Amino acid sequence: MNEPASTSAPPLLEVRDLAVRFPVGRTAGLIGGPAAEVRAVDGVSVSLARGETLGLVGESGCGKSTTGRAVLQLVRPSAGSVRFQGEPIHEWWVRRGGRWQWDHRLRNLRRRMQMIFQDPYASLNPRMTVEAILGEPLRNFRIAPGGRQRQRVQRLMETVGLDPRFIRRYPHEFSGGQRQRIGIARAIALEPELIVADEPVSALDVSIQAQILNLLARLRADLGLTMLFIAHDLAAVRHISDRIAVMYLGRIVELAAAREITAAPLHPYTKALISAVPLPDPAGERSRRRIVLSGDLPSPMNPPPGCPFHTRCPLREDRCIREEPQLRDVAPGHQVACHLA
Amino acid sequence: MANPDVVLEIRDLRTFFRTDDHLVKAVDGLSFSVRRGETLGIVGESGSGKSVACLSALRLLPTPPAFHPSGVIRYGGDDLLRIPERAIERLRGDRLAMIFQDPMTSLNPYLTVARQLTEVLEVHKRASPSAARQGAVAMLERVGIPDAARRIDQYPHQFSGGMRQRVMIAMALLCEPDVLFADEPTTALDVTIQAQILELIAELREALGMAVVLVTHDLGVVAGTTDRVAVMYAGRIVEEGGTDEVFARPLHPYTRGLLASMPRIDTPPGTVLEAIPGLPPDLGHPPGGCPFHPRCPQATDRCRRDRPPAVAVSPTHRAACFEVEVAG
Repeated sequence: MNEPASTSAPPLLEVRDLAVRFPVGRTAGLIGGPAAEVRAVDGVSVSLARGETLGLVGESGCGKSTTGRAVLQLVRPSAGSVRFQGEPIHEWWVRRGGRWQWDHRLRNLRRRMQMIFQDPYASLNPRMTVEAILGEPLRNFRIAPGGRQRQRVQRLMETVGLDPRFIRRYPHEFSGGQRQRIGIARAIALEPELIVADEPVSALDVSIQAQILNLLARLRADLGLTMLFIAHDLAAVRHISDRIAVMYLGRIVELAAAREITAAPLHPYTKALISAVPLPDPAGERSRRRIVLSGDLPSPMNPPPGCPFHTRCPLREDRCIREEPQLRDVAPGHQVACHLA
Repeated sequence: MANPDVVLEIRDLRTFFRTDDHLVKAVDGLSFSVRRGETLGIVGESGSGKSVACLSALRLLPTPPAFHPSGVIRYGGDDLLRIPERAIERLRGDRLAMIFQDPMTSLNPYLTVARQLTEVLEVHKRASPSAARQGAVAMLERVGIPDAARRIDQYPHQFSGGMRQRVMIAMALLCEPDVLFADEPTTALDVTIQAQILELIAELREALGMAVVLVTHDLGVVAGTTDRVAVMYAGRIVEEGGTDEVFARPLHPYTRGLLASMPRIDTPPGTVLEAIPGLPPDLGHPPGGCPFHPRCPQATDRCRRDRPPAVAVSPTHRAACFEVEVAG
């Protein structure tokens, strides 16, 4: 688990041309024409080196959460590949009784990849004590059997900053921030290598967000975690990520080092997104030139032709309406999908 | 009221809720005023009492369980806490308006936008149906709804989140109110849409000369859009001042803590955030003395014992902290 990261080592996670499409509504007409579908994720390619944190940022409906779920095979990718340490885990599904299910390999892989959810109220079973919640993954994978399990749970609680004396308590007896600590403890209980954190702080108060961000940063260092950090809050994403991928309508439109993407964004959408983030600095806010985008996000059921951003782009040219720009290298480690960048 | 520009003044407001086993002091001695054309930001975390303060000002809380052991809400020579129900109903939606985080809480999903907007003008301005419709379309255009004359006949669900927020703003502003209470108006929106809505509120405030009370948890939003800011904690204002002053020289340890705990896009990534330790207080069992003392790095025995009064460090900037008294 603590192999040194090197440039020649294969990435821990490699995603290629990932697509997730959801059918919408019933098949149109009696004859059964093609049903509509939402292209939630539409050709995402990204890789994570061991120990790296990649931030995935974008607005609601851009496909960032679905990307995270498809990486963990919580939804089955419609196309493309997801390789975990070189293994094609997107193939580890079997069709039983007309439904797709994980095969045994994917189930075992849960030990090595875990998720932290946004809503610490909805993601913990209200009828289970902390001991049961944190003990469940240990039982499922027969780790620390017998009396050692309680000890293990108590140690986990200490690791995430919860008082181990509260082991018998139920989720409703904890605050939002403490519940998120329980969710984090559950995710790290099996000592995974990869964590997908989907909006882990956005449901929390400002003063508590910092506590959780600091906790995640410390755990990442202590446990050598590789992390996919998904959030709409660019400041939080930038704080914790080594690199950031900006998504728009199911696609990555820009990918670069965290520092670079905020200091020198190239895609007009990234620029608008950064300029829209309010800064806690009145003088700075007054002098800032804000790019206010017109209009709303187009529907992912009916994405525009050409560049997905062209309907709101202040720099649009004819070419952008006709031709979809591909994600390409513009500088070492900096990729952008824009004809004009 | 000393200052003729002050349109609304709240003095020593307390809003308590009686629950089965205890008393929740949601707002506990709140005073502030707003002037014509000004935006006052009220910033605080969940449970700080910022929303309850606004709902109290418009008398939108059911009593019981809510009640007001003290307080005066001065508007146009009246005390809003003491005028008859009929009188406050006449003011609500006309002179005093409110918009919420979730537009679906104030828009009826069963009625067309036209029906909901024209009703406001028919009730408050006794407008004829055709004049009301004309006024409603004009206001929808003003808040930036394209094709307003057609879209007014649609239902709320046919609008996107940002457009729905615009519809709610249009409804609140139909009668050109004196005071607009905006409770987390952009929290549910994406940042690019948030920027549009904040800009719209600022434009309309200027055009109509109304006062805006902007309730938010986001210090970035406060910095960009307000003239003055009041920081609330445990039902009280712990610091109040000109927005520039408060950000340049935050006095209260809570304000300083909030600023230091925010990740920012203009600081080096990976900076360790100075989180505020502990949790906001349970208002059913608030700590004695200064409500912030259990989380305060500078707390002394006196803070545990006594409640600090607000101390002014300039004519416009005050904070409720014993440290400030010492320094000032």
